[in-house]
Amino acid sequence: MQRFCTYLMIMVVLAVLSLTPALAQSDDAGVLNVYSSRHYGEMEAPFVAFTEATGIDVRVSAGSPQDLLGRLRADIQRGNRSIADVFLAIDAGVLSLAAEEGLLMPIESEVLNANVDESFRDPEGRWFGLSVRTRTAVYNPANVTEEELAQLNDYSDLANPTWQGRLCMRPASHIYTISLFSSLLYHLGEEEAAAVTQGIVSNVTRYINSDTSLIQAVAAGECDLTLVNHYYMGRLANGSPEDQAVFNSVAIRWMNQDSNGVFFNVNGAGIVKDAANYDNAVKFLEYMSAVENQCGSSTCFPGSNYELPTNPEAELNETVISFGEFVLDLDYPLWEYGAYQQAAVTMLEDAGFGFTEN
Amino acid sequence: MNITQLMHSRARIVPSLPTASFSVKAGFWRWQRLLPLLLVLALLLPLGVLLLYALQFDLERWTHMWNTFLPRALGNTLTLIVGVGVGTGLLGTGFAWLLTAYEFPGRAWFDRLMLLPLAIPGFIMGFVYVTIFEYAGPVQTALRGWFGWQRGDYWFPNIASPAGLILVLTLVLFPYVYMLARTAFREQLASSIEAARVMGYNRLHTFFRLVLPLAYPQIAAGIILAMLEAMTDYGTVSYFSYPTLSERIVVLWNTEFDPGTATQLALLMMVVALCLITLARRVRGHARFYQHGGQGRHMSRQALRGWARTGAVLACLTLFGASFVLPVSQLLLWAVGELQKPTVGILGESIITYSTNSVVLAGISALIVVFLSLLIVYGLRATAVHRNRGNRRLARMVTLGYAMPGAVVAAGVLVVVNPIDAAVTDFATAFLGWVSPAYLLTGTVIALIYAYVVRFMAVGFNSTDASLEKISPSMEGAARTMGAGTWRILRQIHAPLVSTGLATGVILVFVDVMKELPATLLLRPFGMDTLALRTYFLSVEGWHRSAAIPALMILIIGLIPVFILMRVGDNPIGKHRHTPE
Ligand SMILES: [Fe+2]
Repeated sequence: MQRFCTYLMIMVVLAVLSLTPALAQSDDAGVLNVYSSRHYGEMEAPFVAFTEATGIDVRVSAGSPQDLLGRLRADIQRGNRSIADVFLAIDAGVLSLAAEEGLLMPIESEVLNANVDESFRDPEGRWFGLSVRTRTAVYNPANVTEEELAQLNDYSDLANPTWQGRLCMRPASHIYTISLFSSLLYHLGEEEAAAVTQGIVSNVTRYINSDTSLIQAVAAGECDLTLVNHYYMGRLANGSPEDQAVFNSVAIRWMNQDSNGVFFNVNGAGIVKDAANYDNAVKFLEYMSAVENQCGSSTCFPGSNYELPTNPEAELNETVISFGEFVLDLDYPLWEYGAYQQAAVTMLEDAGFGFTEN
Repeated sequence: MNITQLMHSRARIVPSLPTASFSVKAGFWRWQRLLPLLLVLALLLPLGVLLLYALQFDLERWTHMWNTFLPRALGNTLTLIVGVGVGTGLLGTGFAWLLTAYEFPGRAWFDRLMLLPLAIPGFIMGFVYVTIFEYAGPVQTALRGWFGWQRGDYWFPNIASPAGLILVLTLVLFPYVYMLARTAFREQLASSIEAARVMGYNRLHTFFRLVLPLAYPQIAAGIILAMLEAMTDYGTVSYFSYPTLSERIVVLWNTEFDPGTATQLALLMMVVALCLITLARRVRGHARFYQHGGQGRHMSRQALRGWARTGAVLACLTLFGASFVLPVSQLLLWAVGELQKPTVGILGESIITYSTNSVVLAGISALIVVFLSLLIVYGLRATAVHRNRGNRRLARMVTLGYAMPGAVVAAGVLVVVNPIDAAVTDFATAFLGWVSPAYLLTGTVIALIYAYVVRFMAVGFNSTDASLEKISPSMEGAARTMGAGTWRILRQIHAPLVSTGLATGVILVFVDVMKELPATLLLRPFGMDTLALRTYFLSVEGWHRSAAIPALMILIIGLIPVFILMRVGDNPIGKHRHTPE
């Protein structure tokens, strides 16, 4: 028994050591460690291209932006350095929070300042947007009348009782919902935003925790209207025959076009405080924001996910162009998102958003 | 005295020997007493430090929560655990009895197959069921196509509902109850049937009057296991957009940056769990019994005929179809579709990495859990056979991690581990030439495994404890009076008797770790992913076809230990050569 136990312990130690890449890897010069909330699959092409161009090996640890912020906080709070060099988040609010908490460091780079439009980066240079995604309405033309469509212009129109039992939404725990409702707070003020939220809650028939499934539900006719990130439509348009069938049975409605413009967010990146590979991190940001890597094709950062470039010189993606012209909501600055998100969470909780009445 | 009481007293016929008769070497005992206590403390530390968070009580926050989501989240949690408790209890007990006491075509096969759903993570079962049966899914679309129906023209059960969620979790969790009930029934059937024949009972009477009361502790343990799994589940409930306490805790922690309130909520959830367990244990208190010699005998099953036979076969087919064949076929279909895509090359390479990560993590954690359980349970037992209740209670506290959401356990582990990491790194940077940032615990799988062990200790501990409980202290006492040493007793008497329990513990922890999400998400070393994480990310994005491949890998890997479990279950303890007659 004693001998057995000794063997067991030796085995365990060996197995642990076999899974221990982190100790050896961090002093490697040609490396960049990225915390990324960008989805799997779509990021690979631009990252691979970066490695080919610079010889810097990119290592990614993925998760939701909030998970990664929590992890970053835990890393830094121990008074030491994080293993991550770059914090890549799909939400400007989370990026701002990280910056405010001192988890990101200011980046000194003329190249970056020139590449990224002022609307899409932190005024203090702690994070830079690398691609833009809008969140807008998708409806089923077979079930929505011309009249109803004419009444559907602003996000607040989703609270209209005509949509009773016809609306599908992403739950309130998801950052997409939180950020969108923070823009209602910003534009409409507390009282009106709360009333609109309440109205939307009473219209929702089902909460679905996936934008793709939301579009599928609208296409099938389970609900008539939803809000999704536009690139999910891009993916369906370029997907399998079934995906394209789904895409063809729904239509995009650009919201707030007569008022302040459609809500958008950025997929942006900052450099983690005291990053071990700071120079590589700067190279990474400069590379991703350069005009030739901001293109609309699948090898570029925005193009790989049917997003919009933050470099004003870059070309748009063909699929996105086919979605028609639209105006972005530049009134609500990205760096204010973080400040309004917490209030938005409380507002959503007050309205019972995410709880289906049975 | 009725027959039930008779059976109880029969089971208790073996008396506990007074512990005073033990004489042992003092030096050996000291570490043996100390080690289990140290281990228990190390396992409780991550949960204990959370109390620091919980001290900052914010009344305003609680008022807000009470006025908004808390009542409904609490209601949802209770609905879920009651639903899953009833569902798994009925399915698990019912099928265990059907497959133990009766004979019908395919019985031996079904008996084994019923354990297979254990390998399927709840969220995978969830996304398969929802995708098949939701409005936009193939079934309802086909129905609308055939009959020309529109929305509202027809009624179809809503899968994306609390009932659907309960169904899905019941289908993946009922094997816990089945497994324990089946073992209990097998151990008791032979003697019960004998008694029942004397009393002139039929099989149904035997079941309700004799077998069920005696098997109650094991069945209750299984139901509690299933209920705790449902209560702490994150992946499935968030997929169903069904906010429970466990889901709220993650939201509070991650999205509202309020670890204090999140921890308090976790403690509230633990209170709910403790109530459950105490309730079950109170009833169990009356029925402590030891494995009695001479039960290796083969028992006779009653053969079913006519409609009963058809019904039994159909019931088994339905349950196995719903809990295994359906989800696996759907995943296979998706996987085949995915493999036809041109980009599979990259996937094939990474899937091996994910699988290796999952297997190694699960394997190490399972071995550690059971090894530690054995040390703690055996250490306590040997030092103070049931005498020192304080120690026992303390030891039982290591099972608390199972009543905590994985995210909370992981957060506690970070609090414990971070200062150690910082100190080691400072030292190593100064004296050993390490380049910061490199961390001994969070930079490697050590912190993650620590979290798994804290989280799933209950599974191993209970299996070990239960199997040791079956050994009557008289056997141990007898061995000691004959001068056998501690290791010898452990090796020659305990090891063979508890090997079934230990193997069960190893396998259950292995399968649990394979399926784990929240702690893995928070604590995995940089760039490391597991099959479960990969599946979760892909299914959340609605990419079912891509998610099917890692999902199937979880299943294939999980099935291997489950197959072993089936064989383990076939060897009732009585057959072991060391059982004294
Ligand atoms: Fe997305």
